[in-house]
Amino acid sequence: MNEKDAMSLFESDDIFGLGKMASYVAGKKNGKKAYFIRNIHVNPTNICVNRCRFCAFSRSKGQEGAFELTIPDIIKKLRAQNPKAGPAVSEVHIVGGLHPEWTFEHYLEIISSIRQKFPKLHIKAFTAVEIDYMAKISGLGLMETLKALKKSGLGSMPGGGAEILAGDIRGRLCPEKISGERWLEVMEAAHAAGIRTNATMLYGHIENYGHRVDHLMRLRKLQDRTEGFQAFIPLAYHPKNTQMQGGYTSGIDDLKTIAVSRLVLDNFDHIKAYWIMLGEKISQLALKFGADDIDGTIIEEKITHSAGAMTGEHLTAEQLKNMIVKAGKQPVERDSFYRKVKDVS
Amino acid sequence: MSGRVTKKEALQLLKKDDLLDLGQAADSIRKKLHPEKVVSFIVDRNINYTNVCINKCSFCAFWRDKDAPDAYLLERDLLFSKIQETLDLGGTQILMQGGLHPSLDIAYYVDLLRSIKERFEINIHGFSPPEICYIADSADITIREALGILRDAGLDSIPGGGAEILSDRIREIVSPKKIRSSRWLEVMETAHRLGMRTTATMMFGSVETPEDIIVHLDAVRELQDRTGGFTAFIPWSFQPGNTELSRGGVTPPLQPTTAVEYLRVLALSRIYLDNIDNIQASWVTQGLKLAQVALRFGANDFGSTMIEENVVASTGVSYRVSKEDIINSIRSAGFTPAQRDTYYNLLGTF
Repeated sequence: MNEKDAMSLFESDDIFGLGKMASYVAGKKNGKKAYFIRNIHVNPTNICVNRCRFCAFSRSKGQEGAFELTIPDIIKKLRAQNPKAGPAVSEVHIVGGLHPEWTFEHYLEIISSIRQKFPKLHIKAFTAVEIDYMAKISGLGLMETLKALKKSGLGSMPGGGAEILAGDIRGRLCPEKISGERWLEVMEAAHAAGIRTNATMLYGHIENYGHRVDHLMRLRKLQDRTEGFQAFIPLAYHPKNTQMQGGYTSGIDDLKTIAVSRLVLDNFDHIKAYWIMLGEKISQLALKFGADDIDGTIIEEKITHSAGAMTGEHLTAEQLKNMIVKAGKQPVERDSFYRKVKDVS
Repeated sequence: MSGRVTKKEALQLLKKDDLLDLGQAADSIRKKLHPEKVVSFIVDRNINYTNVCINKCSFCAFWRDKDAPDAYLLERDLLFSKIQETLDLGGTQILMQGGLHPSLDIAYYVDLLRSIKERFEINIHGFSPPEICYIADSADITIREALGILRDAGLDSIPGGGAEILSDRIREIVSPKKIRSSRWLEVMETAHRLGMRTTATMMFGSVETPEDIIVHLDAVRELQDRTGGFTAFIPWSFQPGNTELSRGGVTPPLQPTTAVEYLRVLALSRIYLDNIDNIQASWVTQGLKLAQVALRFGANDFGSTMIEENVVASTGVSYRVSKEDIINSIRSAGFTPAQRDTYYNLLGTF
C-alpha cells in the first residue's frame, strides 16, 4: 500500500468497508484473539523542561501542581499492587517529564530499585524523548545510555513522544521536543540494543490526513529495517487544559484511524485501542475495526486525565474480558511481549 | 427491499449477523430515508415533577417513597422558572414525567397543564403510559377519557417511556407493578387515534433474551402499521448503577451493555421498523462518541439537549453536554446539525 492508497482510505466515507478489510487483516495476524494486560502506570514527575502545546500534564519546577515522586514513593505504589500472594500486575509503564535536575544515575536507580524489589515485574519505561534527554545529561551517547538502562532492568519501551512526526506540525505542536527524525533514530537504536518498543501517533489536533499518512509510512519503513516495534497505538487528542484550541475527535474518526493503521502498517503485529483515550465504548468497537489489544487495568492515569479524559482510571480484568467477549473475540491476558499469561476464556 | 423483514429473520440478524453487516444495512436504510445528511436534535428540558413513585421498578434509581428524606414534589414557581429558562435557551418543548405519586389526582394534572399553557407557549411532551394509566385509574375513567381531558388541558404529545421491554415475562421481573405491555400499547393507540403523536422507547440489556427484543420491535411496528402515530423510536440500554436489579435478585450479576450490543440493537431497530421515520441515538446513556458512531448504524436524530436530566443521572451515568457540544459532535461525525421541534419539523440548521 502506497501513500496514495493510504490517503484514499482516510478520505473514504465507507467505514464498513474499512472495518471489514481491517478485521480481515487482524484476523490473519491474531486470529480471534484480543489482548489485555494487568498493568499499572507510574509517572515519576510532571516537571518538564519542554512545553508542548497539547500537554495538560507538565509543570515547571515550583509551579502549583508540580510533583516529583521519590524512589520509596514509587516502590510504595507498586507494592500496593504486588501483595505477598503474588503480583496483581505484570507490567509497570513509566513515563514522565524531563526533569531539569535529575541525573541519569537517578533514572537508573529508579529502574534498578524496582527491579530489585519486584524481580518478576516487567518494566516498560521512558519514551524516546526521555531517552534522548538522558543521553544528553549522561553524555554517554544514545547506545550506551540504552545499554545502561537495559542493564538496570528496563525491559521494553513505550511508544510515546511520536505525536505527528512531520516537522511542520511538530514546530507548532511541540517546538521544544526532539524532531521526528530524532524520535525514529532513538527507536532504531533501542531496537538495535535489543529493546522492543511501541509506536504512537497523536491525532485530531492541527494535522491533516497527509500528515497521518506520512507518519504511518515512516513507521512502516523503520519497522521493515528493525522489526522492533510491537504495537502501534493511535492516540486521540484531548483538548482540555491545553494551550491549543480544538475539540475531541469523533468516534467515527477514531475507528477509521484504527482501521487505516491496521491496513497500512502491514509489518506491525498489533494495533492497540488504548481505552483511556478512546473510551471503553470506542475501544471495544475498535476490536471490530482492526485492533487486537485494548491495553490494561492501568489503575491510575494522570496524563490524559489532565486533558479532560472522559474515562475512569481503572478497569478490572473482568471488565476488560467482558468487553472483549461481547465483541465476539477471544480474550487473552498477555505479558509485555504478547505471550499468553493464562487462559481466561 | 423485497418484502418486510420477518420476526424470524430479525432474530437471525440479531443473533448471528456480523456487527458491520448489520450497521451497513441500517446505514443504507437511513440514507434512503434521510438522504440530505441532516441530523436533528431538539432543545428541551426534562422536568420531573416528582420522584415519589409507587411502582418501585428494580431497574430504576430515581424513585423514592413518599416519606423519604429526598422525596419531592416540584413547586409551581420553580417549575415556571425552569420553563422560562428553557424558552430563553431556545427550547421548544418540555419533557414532563414523574413518578406515580399516591396523593395526586387528575385535577392536579389538569391544573398543572393549564397553569403552564396560560403562561407559556411551549410544547408539553408529557406523561408516559404508566402515568396516563395511573391518572385514569385513580379517577376511575377510561384511558380515552383521561387522554381527552389532559389534551384539552394542554398536553400536546406523549413520550414513549415505560415501554421497557414489551414482554410481560420480562416486566414480571423488572417492573411487576408497572402496567402490562397491552396497556402500554393501548395508551399509545388511543393517543394516536385522538391525533396525538408519541415516541416509542425500548430499554434493553437487563434480563431479556433476543427473542424478547424482537417481540418488542414487532409490537411497535404492528401498532405503527395501524396508526402511524409514532414519530420516533428510541432504544437505550439499562444503566445498572444504584438499582435494585443490579444489586441482587439476578445471577449472574448484570454487566453494563457494551457498545457492540448497543449498536446491534440500534441497527436492527432501523432495519425492522420500516414504518417509523426517525431513530434516536442516546448520547445520554452512551456518551457523545458512541452516539456519533450510532449515526452510521441507523440513527438520524440526536435526541434532546437535555438542559436538565435526572433519571439517568441517578444511576451515576452523567454525560452532561451543551448545545454547542451536540452541534459539534453531529458536524464532526459528517452531518449537518439541525434543531427540530417535537414533530421533527426542522427549525434551522447550524
